[in-house]
Amino acid sequence: MPAVSKGDGMRGLAVFISDIRNCKSKEAEIKRINKELANIRSKFKGDKALDGYSKKKYVCKLLFIFLLGHDIDFGHMEAVNLLSSNRYTEKQIGYLFISVLVNSNSELIRLINNGIKNDLASRNPTFMNLALHCIANVGSREMAEAFTADIPKILVAGDTMDSVKQSAALCLLRLNRTSPDLVPMGEWTSRVVHLLNDQHLGVVTAATSLITTLAQKNPEEFKTSVSLAVSRLSRIVTSASTDLQDYTYYFVPAPWLSVKLLRLLQCYPPPEEGAVRGRLTECLETILNKAQEPPKSKKVQHSNAKNAVLFEAISLIIHHDSEPNLLVRACNQLGQFLQHRETNLRYLALESMCTLASSEFSHEAVKTHIETVINALKTERDVSVRQRAVDLLYAMCDRSNAQQIVAEMLNYLETADYSIREEIVLKVAILAEKYAVDYTWYVDTILNLIRIAGDYVSEEVWYRVIQIVINRDDVQGYSAKTVFEALQAPACHENLVKVGGYILGEFGNLIAGDPRSSPLIQFNLLHSKFHLCSVPTRALLLSTYIKFVNLFPEIKATIQDVLRSDSQLRNADVELQQRAVEYLRLSCIASTDILATVLEEMPPFPERESSILTKLKKKKGPGKVPDMEETKKERNSDMNGSTEPVSVNSSAVTMSTPSTSTDLLGLGLAPVLNSVAPASAGGSLLVDVFSDNSPAVASLAHTAEENFSSPRIGSADVVSDDPAAAVHDADELVNKFVCKNNGVLFENQLMQIGLKSEFRQNLGRMYIFYGNKTSTQFLSFSTAVICQDALKTQLNIQTKQVDPAVDGGAQVQQILNIECVSDFMEAPILNIQFRYGGALQNMSVKLPVTLNKFFQPTEMTSQDFFQRWKQLSIPQQEVQKIFKAKHPMDTEVTKAKIIGFGVALLDMVDPNPSNFTGAGVIHTKNIQVGCLLRLEPNTQAQMYRLTLRTSRETVSQRLCELLSEQF
Amino acid sequence: MGTGWPPVLVQEMCFLPQKIRFILIQNRAGKTRLAKWYMQFDDDEKQKLIEEVHAVVTVRDAKHTNFVEFRNFKIIYRRYAGLYFCICVDVTDNNLAYLEAIHNFVEVLNEYFHNVCELDLVFNFYKVYTVVDEMFLAGEIRETSQTKVLKQLLMLQSLE
Repeated sequence: MPAVSKGDGMRGLAVFISDIRNCKSKEAEIKRINKELANIRSKFKGDKALDGYSKKKYVCKLLFIFLLGHDIDFGHMEAVNLLSSNRYTEKQIGYLFISVLVNSNSELIRLINNGIKNDLASRNPTFMNLALHCIANVGSREMAEAFTADIPKILVAGDTMDSVKQSAALCLLRLNRTSPDLVPMGEWTSRVVHLLNDQHLGVVTAATSLITTLAQKNPEEFKTSVSLAVSRLSRIVTSASTDLQDYTYYFVPAPWLSVKLLRLLQCYPPPEEGAVRGRLTECLETILNKAQEPPKSKKVQHSNAKNAVLFEAISLIIHHDSEPNLLVRACNQLGQFLQHRETNLRYLALESMCTLASSEFSHEAVKTHIETVINALKTERDVSVRQRAVDLLYAMCDRSNAQQIVAEMLNYLETADYSIREEIVLKVAILAEKYAVDYTWYVDTILNLIRIAGDYVSEEVWYRVIQIVINRDDVQGYSAKTVFEALQAPACHENLVKVGGYILGEFGNLIAGDPRSSPLIQFNLLHSKFHLCSVPTRALLLSTYIKFVNLFPEIKATIQDVLRSDSQLRNADVELQQRAVEYLRLSCIASTDILATVLEEMPPFPERESSILTKLKKKKGPGKVPDMEETKKERNSDMNGSTEPVSVNSSAVTMSTPSTSTDLLGLGLAPVLNSVAPASAGGSLLVDVFSDNSPAVASLAHTAEENFSSPRIGSADVVSDDPAAAVHDADELVNKFVCKNNGVLFENQLMQIGLKSEFRQNLGRMYIFYGNKTSTQFLSFSTAVICQDALKTQLNIQTKQVDPAVDGGAQVQQILNIECVSDFMEAPILNIQFRYGGALQNMSVKLPVTLNKFFQPTEMTSQDFFQRWKQLSIPQQEVQKIFKAKHPMDTEVTKAKIIGFGVALLDMVDPNPSNFTGAGVIHTKNIQVGCLLRLEPNTQAQMYRLTLRTSRETVSQRLCELLSEQF
Repeated sequence: MGTGWPPVLVQEMCFLPQKIRFILIQNRAGKTRLAKWYMQFDDDEKQKLIEEVHAVVTVRDAKHTNFVEFRNFKIIYRRYAGLYFCICVDVTDNNLAYLEAIHNFVEVLNEYFHNVCELDLVFNFYKVYTVVDEMFLAGEIRETSQTKVLKQLLMLQSLE
């Protein structure tokens, strides 16, 4: 076998490396390096032409210095020169330098490509391989452009050496990943697929990766690979352990190739053709059988290789989900692994069983292992194994075992690692809700959660328990009693105070008959916690108190005393102070009737996907949470009825996670005034205007719910005599309409303004509906649209005056004709004046006329897109923004928003399927501006990066501003 | 670069469909003996990844699994004397296949360098890259036969 002595070939290099290793300090190392850099620089600059060997040696030293973590700013040219050497060792160092230090220097790229081109054409397999490896390692677009035509030819040519074919296949794979638009397969498809039949297993190994990647993108075109893969696999698994010689690894025939073939088959459903299907089933059975045979070697390599194939086979069986016999066998096999002495196998068995649990055929079989899994939870040393056990318990949970599993999880929670507590809390909360037979158990479980792991109970969890209690009147009395008892504990978690405060505020009356929980006792109990709580919780408790004023008039005076105390009325926190002032005032001046209306019990929440589930999905990333709703295929049709999370349309999903606002009662300053609306006729005022069920309309019926996310829209300062102060400069209003054209623009206790608009080219028409929510006529009603400053010349807006009298409960309509003259930044302002009950009302809102409304979508091919993208490469043309996601990152919602923004959503343009690309043209009277955009979500960091390129800086900027507010 | 798109940020690496993201060989002290990247990262990001991997892997003991979750991926690793061999792959990838790919690679190194030790990797770093490229390319397993790889390496050696 070959022997390599230390640093043979390049003595100078070995000496240099030794010197560096002998350096006693960082300073000494840097000194030595600087000396060497000076030496190399002088050699490169010297008059004497360096021979190939010296050049190689110096380039290699530079590379070593770079790998130590120092910057290298020269030597690139010498490295490129090495490519044209005829000696392998010199070429290799040249290519290595380029692969490691790839640089954006475009002049060099041209030279590098030239060197590669020569080597590809050299017919010397060693040189061809070096060149192909370089392309595969660098994979830049320039390289793709230069070589996509050559590489497929090399791959399928009859006279290409096997090792070159291997490299060519993977090189093509790399280019296909980085620049899919440049790699047209078509004509090569069938010859590439037939590489699966190649005699050389190394070629098959490389080709299988290529085919798998291509098949994922284009399954139809590569369908023929299925039967070839099955027959190849069949030949491998039935071969004797010595048949494949070089490719047998510790008595296992071609384990990596088998795994790859099984992966390829997972791109497809079970084969349709009976013979192929039968052969595949045989293969899978053989693999399962071999797992039961005594091992041919005691070495861990043997069992690992064998089990690698076994686990991949099980993945395929689960993927097909069609052979009950195989699924159950797979489950039994994994069951054996659950108690294996190897931690790796226990871990993998737990992980794999998790997916088996979601198949209707194997769900029951998985459940039989519950005791082993619970035991793993208690005894495993590796936290990641325990984590898998939690996942599996969650996946195998159904009605029959929910109580046991939830109890075990709660048990484990007491000692669980901090890193996984929050996730367990979410899981317990979801299971408790989903499989609650009676809701008293559910309420007990959640309160237990708060008791055991209060710090890890996120807002979503306690919001949810409140939603459920509000929606189910059979559990309200029990909940009130239970939280009341839980609050008796001398030290209870703040989350409990929140839940307790909320529930008693709504349903405290249900237990007030019991002298042990009389109104005053309830109030004193809550108030005893007040001073230990944070500001948001105190704010919530103040809302509870005002609700008590309504529920229990007998303790009104006590509560007023508390509200009146200096610590409330003069609290340093504005929110608390404001609540105290307003609640006190409300309790003093409002009649019983008004109090009863304003402080009415919360209306039921709309049924929607549990926000906890959303949170869990977010935590684990898409695809990692087995979605029981979808995958269990209605098997559990007897599961509980009304609170089952229902599937929701995408627009609702964006609202389903309450924001950080804790104003749950909807009783903050604005909501107090606002909450009159749903009770009165206001809610139905505009419903006829909109055919679509947009969230804005839906929210009318649930003002309280709306307050989760935007407690301050339409706040009290709306009605004011000072027009400047009254402008709803809140760009939120404008932002709300960037991606849609219809909805409620504004609402307060007097009126509601609805919008409906349409835009074509540079023209638009907007219908504004003014609804009088009161029973009194508005007099001297007049409106004006104001374009300030530059906007005057950029937008033309024409309209007719509306009727000066608006009857109580009536609605009037106004039409605006809008022309966009040139691109613009600001929004026009709509000013409204009228007399109501003798007082002059004056208010202003921004009209959501935004630049993107004048988009015309443009469809284009990926080639066109990239060409144009490149053309817009001056720095001023590009605007980029990286920002945090404000809403759950849902692909479909994002798509809808981009389309709503006005551009065409371009599929298949971005090499990365998670990204979004769009194109459109802004039409103004004076100019048209083409616009390209790209949005890159990063679900892990919950961030987006938005890039816009247009030919006008101002347009890029404005569009970026507008769109980045939408996610 | 003139690729049209701005360079890839480290946090984006989860979005590209690819198997091996990087291969790292580190010693217990955290010195990198090989870093092979299958995606483009800038130097700071590489350094960050190297440090994170080291922190994640070295705290584990023999009773732990050879797999560890890492950002949105997993690291499959194996310790040989003072060296940690780590491969970063997708969470859905086959753990044992990569675990044995590491061992296969180590056996080749052992044969090629005659009882490989850490110093061989230091002094012959440029040859180690050749070994890697023979066995892994474009983030995929290229060749698994030790005989074939060693034959090829021997042939290349003879060209020196």
